Amino acid sequence: MGNLAGCATGYVFPAAPAPQPLLVIEGMTVDFNGVRVLRGIDLTLARGEALGIVGESGSGKSVTWLAALGLLPRSATVSGSVRLDGEEMLGAAASRLDRIRGGRVAMIFQDPSSALNPVLRIGRQIGEVLARHHGVSGSNIRAEAKRLFDLVGLPDAARRFDAYPHELSGGQNQRVMIAMALAGKPDVLVADEPTTALDATIQAQILDLLTTIRRETGMALVLISHDLGVVSETCDRIIVMYTGSVVETAPADAIFASPRHPYTQGLLAALPPFEGALHRLVPIEGQVPDPTNLPPGCAFAPRCPKRLAVCEEAVPPLAQPENGRFSACIAATVQPARLSLKLNTSVLA
Amino acid sequence: MTANILELSGISRSYSTRQGLFGKRVPVRAVDDVSLSLQEGQTLALVGESGSGKSTTGRIALGLERPNSGHVLFRGSELPPADTPAWRRMRAQMQMIYQDPLAALDRRLPILDQTREPLDIHDVGPASERNDKALAMLDAVGLNAGHAASLPSQLSGGQRQRAVLARALIMKPSLLVCDEPVSALDVSIQAQVVNLLMDLQRDLQLSLLFISHDLKVVRQVSQRMAVMYLGRIVEYGETRLLLSNSVHPYTRALISAVPVAGRRTRERIILTGEPPNPAARPAGCAFHPRCPIARSECANVSPAFTTLPDGRSVACHAVDGHPPIEEVGV
Amino acid sequence: MFRFFAIRVLRAVLTVALVVTFAFIVLRLSGDPARSIMGDDASPEAMTAFRREWGLDQPLWMQYFHYFAAIFEGELGRSMRGGVPALDLVLERIPATLMLTLPAFLMKLAIGIPAGVYAALYRDSVIDRAVMVTAVAGYTVPSFVLGLVLVQLLAIWVAWLPTGGTGGLQHLILPIITLGVGGAAVLARFVRSAMLEVLGQPYIRAASAKGIPWASVVRGHALPNAAIPTVTIVGFMVGNLIAGSVVVESVFSWPGVGNLLVVSVAARDLAVVQSILLLVAAAMVFSNLIVDFLYGVLDPRLANGNTGGDH
Repeated sequence: MGNLAGCATGYVFPAAPAPQPLLVIEGMTVDFNGVRVLRGIDLTLARGEALGIVGESGSGKSVTWLAALGLLPRSATVSGSVRLDGEEMLGAAASRLDRIRGGRVAMIFQDPSSALNPVLRIGRQIGEVLARHHGVSGSNIRAEAKRLFDLVGLPDAARRFDAYPHELSGGQNQRVMIAMALAGKPDVLVADEPTTALDATIQAQILDLLTTIRRETGMALVLISHDLGVVSETCDRIIVMYTGSVVETAPADAIFASPRHPYTQGLLAALPPFEGALHRLVPIEGQVPDPTNLPPGCAFAPRCPKRLAVCEEAVPPLAQPENGRFSACIAATVQPARLSLKLNTSVLA
Repeated sequence: MTANILELSGISRSYSTRQGLFGKRVPVRAVDDVSLSLQEGQTLALVGESGSGKSTTGRIALGLERPNSGHVLFRGSELPPADTPAWRRMRAQMQMIYQDPLAALDRRLPILDQTREPLDIHDVGPASERNDKALAMLDAVGLNAGHAASLPSQLSGGQRQRAVLARALIMKPSLLVCDEPVSALDVSIQAQVVNLLMDLQRDLQLSLLFISHDLKVVRQVSQRMAVMYLGRIVEYGETRLLLSNSVHPYTRALISAVPVAGRRTRERIILTGEPPNPAARPAGCAFHPRCPIARSECANVSPAFTTLPDGRSVACHAVDGHPPIEEVGV
Repeated sequence: MFRFFAIRVLRAVLTVALVVTFAFIVLRLSGDPARSIMGDDASPEAMTAFRREWGLDQPLWMQYFHYFAAIFEGELGRSMRGGVPALDLVLERIPATLMLTLPAFLMKLAIGIPAGVYAALYRDSVIDRAVMVTAVAGYTVPSFVLGLVLVQLLAIWVAWLPTGGTGGLQHLILPIITLGVGGAAVLARFVRSAMLEVLGQPYIRAASAKGIPWASVVRGHALPNAAIPTVTIVGFMVGNLIAGSVVVESVFSWPGVGNLLVVSVAARDLAVVQSILLLVAAAMVFSNLIVDFLYGVLDPRLANGNTGGDH
């Protein structure tokens, strides 16, 4: 139990691999009309790192990054700190944020066809990024756009400049979005479910493209996904979120080989295997709790098969059981023998 | 050998679609000469990307759409024309559930009323017992009386899909067509619904036509699978066989595109090119422009179905050397 | 492209024909023109003569046939009161009506569009609420009530403006305001909801994520999209320029088309009423054609998109 007391006090930033991280989020909370949907997020992103953010709906995985970039509607209240190379972004002047967004931090979204303006030509939409962040103008815009379209493998690049989004397929539109993101020469690309709306073979193309581009440009990639498989194959480090909190952070290989947090374990067990013997799936029983009605202790406790009495009282802090790995679970830090003390009576929702 | 509950033989369906607002109408073959059979109590998965015709095939199987040619046999007899009394009687034995449960439910009616509605429509059993029947069905899918009194908006996504299942199953159908039934659900909930479907199948002797793009789920639920590309079946056989040792290059690419948690390094077949457009179907083998092993004949000659010794059938010129044994589904 | 517009034009002509037919039947069934024009005490002989002169003694289908045949010759009939060509009678009133409706139309645009955009941008703010309350009041209060209230306030109590009739510019002010307020309110509500819809679209957030300043996002990304649905209602207002001021013209005794319509309906002056309806229908249909054309210009998805069935 000394373990517990120790990590409840001094906060350590989850797995900071580089001495000077590129981006640091500290104690970030988000409230929508008085309802807390993000409950204190701490994370760091190193230069050139590929970071995967995994969670189910309502976990806050997208809200974290929309809040960091100031892209949430006015009804959201954001607090905490987001620093890019030491510069505070939360509450920064609009003009300052506009230099950062699309310039140093670019973002692409789930449904590329609706993330592009339907009434504007693609050339104009990429042109405004080039003009705003790099002062490119006139015919140089067309040349630079063609270079970027070629870079992202958009077929028939020269002709796409004058096309409208509806004239392209979903995969092509996502390539356009990526080209637009690259136009600002960003240090970070935040990709929010970039392949969820795309077909399987096109998803593979886009993930491959993101990996290639990251290797070639050295930019960091934040890949937000509900699909453990997608982040597993693309990212170096994974952050698992549940009901607005980080529950586990670890290198990709480690988290799938030996998940620490019962929620991560549950997620992996719930996935139908694609190799090896078939077995009955092991779902996580119950439902994700409503943000207006979170349990008092660990938000996962009511669904957790390893829950202890203490789990229902205290919110577990993100502790570091070994180097580079963080897990917010009290039960996992206690002696394994004590686990059998209280077993969850499973509830079918 | 068990009897086939559903047989599609040589069904085709085309639409005409306009190329642009001022363009002329072009015929689009959504489903092209598809033959499939589903054994009683088993699950047949239909796999493919958008535009593959898998959903249209599902609707044709239920008689919601008429094929332009070919036959649909349900327990050996031809489907009666849609909206006739005979079709309605047969339809009570065949139900369908969709990806979006909220769209399938009436937002203003409590779950219980919606679940008992089919009983009222088909006038099944005494009216006084229908509520109890509906509650029992809801209980079987894991919804309690509190859920039964709720409106769809008060339930979570997984609970709504359970409600849809209860409504589909209350008529005790023998065939359930599921169109992407778990694609919109979160991983943990998806597992609940997949397990539920498999339990119900066992308990009620359901036969499932399972339409999905998710090969992981398909592997979990189905005994046989058919891979569709641009309206045609390219590979068809036992799921276990197809997933462990696929022959058609498109099936291979699909399998290699499945993101698997915990797997980092592997060779992935990245198909070049765009997803196929049914309005501009390539000549020859429709897959040849994206095929990594295409040869010259692929651009001209449409490959015939070959049945391999292991029982699967494949439409690919590269599987020569296995002489065609018989046409499938005839 | 040609086919598209050919169909639209054909449909437009058909619409006008239907309106005219409907008016023809309703007017013939609703009263006897001979009685209303000659008066109740006219002799039966005079009535018969009147009916013969205007062809009212013929079977209805015959009258209808003659009427339509005449339209194709550009002849819309003569007024039963005074015998002047009905069309001339109507056309000479149009400038007076446009003197009211055109400025009122500009007022609707000038107030309605900015108010709607502003309300949407500052949703749920004090400004938004104020705009919405005003808008609801503006279009729920009937124009004759608003007209009479304005007359009471500005023409009778403080006596700055005339109560009605024609004359200098000061005669225009009250009718124009009365006409403009309701339309501005409708437009403000419509533009607000169109803007809110657009502002919630993913491409707006995506534009902000590219570092485009908010003012440019609104101007360059949101407004062009919100303009598409707005065109419909503005087109409707354009179609209403000729006949949208019937009530207001009556309230302010303004000698426009609307006033003529009221007088002619009361008198069962068939040719005049039908000419007005024909013109109104034509104006409506024409503005609809323009709206269709503008859709094509504003929305590239319609101009060359694939609108065929997806499944």
